[in-house]
Amino acid sequence: MAIRVQTEDFDAGSELRRLRAGDRTIGAVASFVGLVRDLASAPVAEMVLEHYPGMTEKSLAAIVSEAQARWPLLGAAVIHRVGRLRAGEQIVWVGVASAHRKEAFAACEFIVDALKTRAPFWKKEYTPDGPRWVEARPADEQAARKWEGGDDESAQRS
Amino acid sequence: MLKLLYFARLRENLGVAAEQIALPAGVVDVETLARHLRARGDAWARELAPGRPIRAAVNQSMAREETRIRDGDEVAFFPPVTGG
Repeated sequence: MAIRVQTEDFDAGSELRRLRAGDRTIGAVASFVGLVRDLASAPVAEMVLEHYPGMTEKSLAAIVSEAQARWPLLGAAVIHRVGRLRAGEQIVWVGVASAHRKEAFAACEFIVDALKTRAPFWKKEYTPDGPRWVEARPADEQAARKWEGGDDESAQRS
Repeated sequence: MLKLLYFARLRENLGVAAEQIALPAGVVDVETLARHLRARGDAWARELAPGRPIRAAVNQSMAREETRIRDGDEVAFFPPVTGG
């Protein structure tokens, strides 16, 4: 399991290659890249991502461990950037390797949903109207809650 | 001693990122600690008011109001997280 919290950008291609390197039993890799989005209604020139050093790494590791306990994974990694980011830049990368696609897709989505509600990061946007802290979205809580309960088959697509 | 940490909007509005305090009498959990801090008044009373969307962590694990606090613990207060 690889967990990285960093200010620097990352290359998703090389991260994917690293994730699957050396294990030929891997038949599927799913990954997710989150980006700083610029909205026409409220242009975001840049944002600053604050985090809780120590707890951030611990909570990401716990989320990946949960995914590993839940699905037969052959690899999983999370990279999350912090500090100053501009519109269009990459914020987060999640990669999951497994024998078959279903586990890879499900575990990747689970990790993204969980980190959005449990990992201690906070976004502050800088707009032409001034800075503002991003509010948590109820939809994110809902997305994370759909994974509660033991039955993965029904939990995945409810 | 307790190590207290504040993040994001709380850190800004309280004007404090971190502090050490002696474990106050009567503080046994997150709820009683928040009540103790609210008694400082002003921004403390506003930011930690009941009903505000505030989260807490004890020793770097997400906590609830009833999570126990012991001498030597690290306790953090912050708004709901917005990463990813």
